[in-house]
This record gives sequence, structure tokens and C-alpha cells, in this order.
Amino acid sequence: MNTTATPTMQVETAVPGGAKGVRSRSARAPRKSRIATWRKAGFGALGIVFVGLMWELYKFIGPEKGFTLGDITILPRTNDMSMPHISTMFERLMEPLTGASNSVTMWHAVVDASAFSLYVAAVGWLIGVTVGLLLALIMQHFRTAQSAVLPWIILSQTVPLIAIAPLVRRWGSGIEIGSFVWENWMSVALIASYLAFFPVSIGALQGLNSPDTNHVELFRSFGVGWWKTLFRLRIPASVPYLIPALQLAAANAVIGTIVAEVSIGLKGGIGRMIIEFAGAAGGDPGKPWAPIFGAVAIGLIAAGVVGVLALSVRRYRRGETSA
Amino acid sequence: MTTQNKETTVQDSTTSPGTSTSGSQRGPASTDAPAVSIVNVGKIFEGKRGAQVIALEAINLEVARGEFVSLIGPSGCGKSTLMRLIADLDQPTSGELTVFGKTAHQARLDQEYGIAFQQAGLLPWRTVRQNIELPLQLHKVGKAQREKRSSELLKLVGLADFSDNFPDQLSGGMQQRVAIARSLAESPNLLLMDEPFGALDEMTREHMQGELAHICAETGAAVVFVTHSIPEAVFLANRVVVLSPRPGRIRAIVDTKLGGASERTDHLRESTEFFASVSEVREYLHGSDATPLGVDNR
Repeated sequence: MNTTATPTMQVETAVPGGAKGVRSRSARAPRKSRIATWRKAGFGALGIVFVGLMWELYKFIGPEKGFTLGDITILPRTNDMSMPHISTMFERLMEPLTGASNSVTMWHAVVDASAFSLYVAAVGWLIGVTVGLLLALIMQHFRTAQSAVLPWIILSQTVPLIAIAPLVRRWGSGIEIGSFVWENWMSVALIASYLAFFPVSIGALQGLNSPDTNHVELFRSFGVGWWKTLFRLRIPASVPYLIPALQLAAANAVIGTIVAEVSIGLKGGIGRMIIEFAGAAGGDPGKPWAPIFGAVAIGLIAAGVVGVLALSVRRYRRGETSA
Repeated sequence: MTTQNKETTVQDSTTSPGTSTSGSQRGPASTDAPAVSIVNVGKIFEGKRGAQVIALEAINLEVARGEFVSLIGPSGCGKSTLMRLIADLDQPTSGELTVFGKTAHQARLDQEYGIAFQQAGLLPWRTVRQNIELPLQLHKVGKAQREKRSSELLKLVGLADFSDNFPDQLSGGMQQRVAIARSLAESPNLLLMDEPFGALDEMTREHMQGELAHICAETGAAVVFVTHSIPEAVFLANRVVVLSPRPGRIRAIVDTKLGGASERTDHLRESTEFFASVSEVREYLHGSDATPLGVDNR
């Protein structure tokens, strides 16, 4: 009987430089990726600066009264009322909210409202992700369910949000189970989840179905059932599809929250603040921008949190770079 | 028929390291049944609008324990289908098929065979070691035992230095070696291989054939090996089964008489016996059914 030493030696000669090549590649990788990360961040910051510069540039060279052709406005007005300086927007953030002596500063009010909206959006996101994943699982497991449910999922997104918001509020206000009373913010979260579940269900379904026949048959040959195949093959394989879907869902949940706050009339959130402050543009041009910054911030935070989540499942995205 | 396997020292080699890992799964009832027994098996695929494609017809074949059988034939002749029937990935439309005396279905559930496809089919998020341990993990083998077995297999396929690498860091040949190690994880007595070296270049391919022969000698497993390369079929096999184009029938079975798996080394490729078998297989492969070639299905 042969000893195991023989094939080992054969292998190492047959794969010239194999071991070396792989080792040095993996050793070089971290430094390279760190540089890439900094570069990405740098370009991102550059993009923001660029938008600011364009704003100020247009304000500087654009016509004071704007430019209209007949009744159509081609170029916006550049006066301080219509287009405040970026510095004005930030200065306003530091000033008190109202003229009252005990008023909190603007940024403080914006942070409070943003935190509230972010909380509602997060609840909506969680519900949406849960529902979306469940739908995807059901559709993956039962082929008939896929043809029955998928059209409804797509149809659901064609219904305008503004049409559902008052309905959800009215239905919700009737609910009272024991000590549990339906509150308006729950309606907002529900509407946010209505927008959030869609990308998750579609992305997860695609991801769960992504393993090729080769892998599915391999698991079949191992004689394992649907659940084990789900946890060891389908879910890990769906990660590359799931991460962008979860990010989309986060953005959708934020938008859904803000729009639903406005159409339901929920107080305390950033959506209501945007509407309230928009009226102040005439006398206080920096004011409407404060809640807009808040809305941008929660959008970024929501997407960022999902991005951090994605880092923890990085190894499941290996297949993306090479097969 | 099975007497030719005397020199492959089947009984000695089945007791080689690792057989104890999952041996408990196998019932004692199947000790003397052949690895694979195929009696009058046919397979018909139902096409669109009731059209039928006869993939296999009247297949009779017995694979003894420890025997290496190559299936060869023109593309689309159903050689892969035949292997898939043994693996219970497809079901025969007629006839009877048993694996170690059990139905193919039961044999699959009992993990009587290991399987390797043309694509290595490694899970990209698992390291080499984790890929090899996958079947063991799925069948709830303990961590220590898994690690012991995967270390043995990593050594056997010569990838001990790469245990913590991910598949995308390996060459095609190395990936295929991992796939073979994975198919051996549960020490099966039967290996099913569907053109496992089909995607490799000629150099790597010949090297891998030598490796496989060595592994077979080491483990004593029976092998059903699907290929479309005549030298590959002959180099590895005790018997080469030549299939005819659709509907797939067994046209001939060539006994290579090249000795046991441990004798399949590179100098065999230069021998006259090897060339004789290659040309014999080639004649059957290219000959038509209309002209009988003397020797029939033995």
C-alpha cells in the first residue's frame, strides 16, 4: 500500500509556486483594501464639497431674478431668500428655534425630531424585513405560492402611499386590545414597512433561488432536507442579494416614514417639521433647510447601519469577486 | 465477472484510515451485495407537448465492490443520466437499480456514495477545510471527529497547506481536489464522478488521474466514472462501458486488464496494453450498431 507522503510531494511540484502565490496575495490584501477605503471616503467627501461649490457658484453668477421664458422658469432666482448661502443654513442650525427666551437651539430640535423619525423608520424597517423574508421563504418553498403571491407584491407598490396613509390611520384607530392602544406612530411605522418589505421580498427570493443546480443536487446527494439546505446553502448564498435589498429597504423606510408623517399628520417627527418650516422661508431662509439636513442625516444613518451589518457577513460575499 | 477484482485487494484497502468515521450508518445486511446492480433499466424524459426522449434503454450492469468502471460515449448518450440514476438524482422509468443491495433512494439517504461533478461546486464562503467537512457537519458529526477526518483528507489530496484558504484563492485543479476530498469525507464505498476533470487542462488532468488512482487504491471504494476521454477512461478503469448514441444502450464493455488501482502510474500510459485497450474502446465508440464487432456485451 502506498504511503500518503507520495501524493503530497507530487502535488507540490505539480503546482509551481501555488502556495507562495496564495500566501503573498492574502498578506497584501489588507493594506490594499485600506487604501481603497480611504480613497472611497475621499471621493465621497469630494462629491459633497462639489455640490456645495456648484450651489454657491450658481448663486454668484446666476441672474438675481432668475430667468423665465414666457411663464416657464428656466433658472431659479439667486437672491438670499430663494437660495440662501450654505453658511446661512448652518448658522441657522446654531441659533435658537424661536424668538422665545427659553427656546432650544435649532440643531437640538432637529436632532430630537430626527431621532423620533429614525426610531419609527427602524420599527418599520424591522417589520418590513421580517415580512419580506417570510414572503420570500414561502415563495421559495412553494412554487405555486410564487405565482400566486408575486403579482400581489408587485401590485402593492403601485398603490400611492398618500392613498393608503389615511386608511391605515382609520383602521388603526379602531384597534384596542386590553391595555394595548394603537397609536398614530404605529400607523406611520406600518406604512414605512409597506415600502420596506418590497425590495427585501424580491431580493431575498432571488438570493434564495441563486444556488445553481450543482449545489442543490450536491445537498440532495447528502440526503438532507429543505431546512438544512436552507440554512447551509440558500441563506448564505442569498447574502449578496440581501445586502443591497436591506439597504434599499432602509432608504424606503425613511422615505415612507417622512411621507406618512406628513399625510397622517403625526407630530414630533422630521416630516412634520419640514412642512411646518417650509412656510417660514419668506422671512427666515435658513430655517427650512434645517429639517432637510435632519432627513438626509437619518437616511445616511439608516443606510450606514445596514452597511455595518453587511461587514459582519462579509465572507458570504466572497463569490462576488471570483467564482 | 467479478473475479478480475482479486488483484485489487479490495478487502485490505477498505480497512484503511477513516472508515470508522461514519461506518456506523451502514447496515450489515448489505455486506455481500455488489456496489451497483442495474437490471434492465430505462429512462425516458417527458419533453414538451408529450414528446418523449429515450435517454437510456435496457441497461444491464453490475459494479463489484472496489471496482472502477468508466462510462464513456458520445455526448448526449445518457452516461451522465445513468450516473444520476445511481445517485438517485433522477429516477429510472423502468427496470431495477440497487446500490449495495438497497434502493437508490435508501442508499442516498444512508450516504452510501460520495459524488463529484464537473464543476467543483465548492461553497465560496467556506474555507477548504470547512468545504470538506460540509457533509460531516450536515450529518452532525462532532467537531473533533470532523477535524480529524478533514485533516486526513487534506493530506490525502495534498492540500494540507491550504486548509484555511477560500476556494477563490485556489486553481481549478486544486478546487477539484477539494471536491474529491469532500466526496470522500464519509468514507463511502462508492464514488460517483461526472467528468470531474473535464474542465481542467491536459497537464493537470493527467496528474489528477494519477492522484485519483492512488486515492482509489488507498480507500478501496468502487467508482463509477463518467468521462468523454478515452485515455482517461482506460487509464483509470477496470472496465470501460461504451454507450451508444441516443437511445443510450451499452454497446460493449471493455475489460482493460491493466491491473489494480495501485498500478495505475504514469508509465502505464506508455504500455502496449494501455494502447490496445484505448484502440479497442475507440473502435466500439466509433463503430455503428449495424456492423457487429465480434465481441458483444460480456
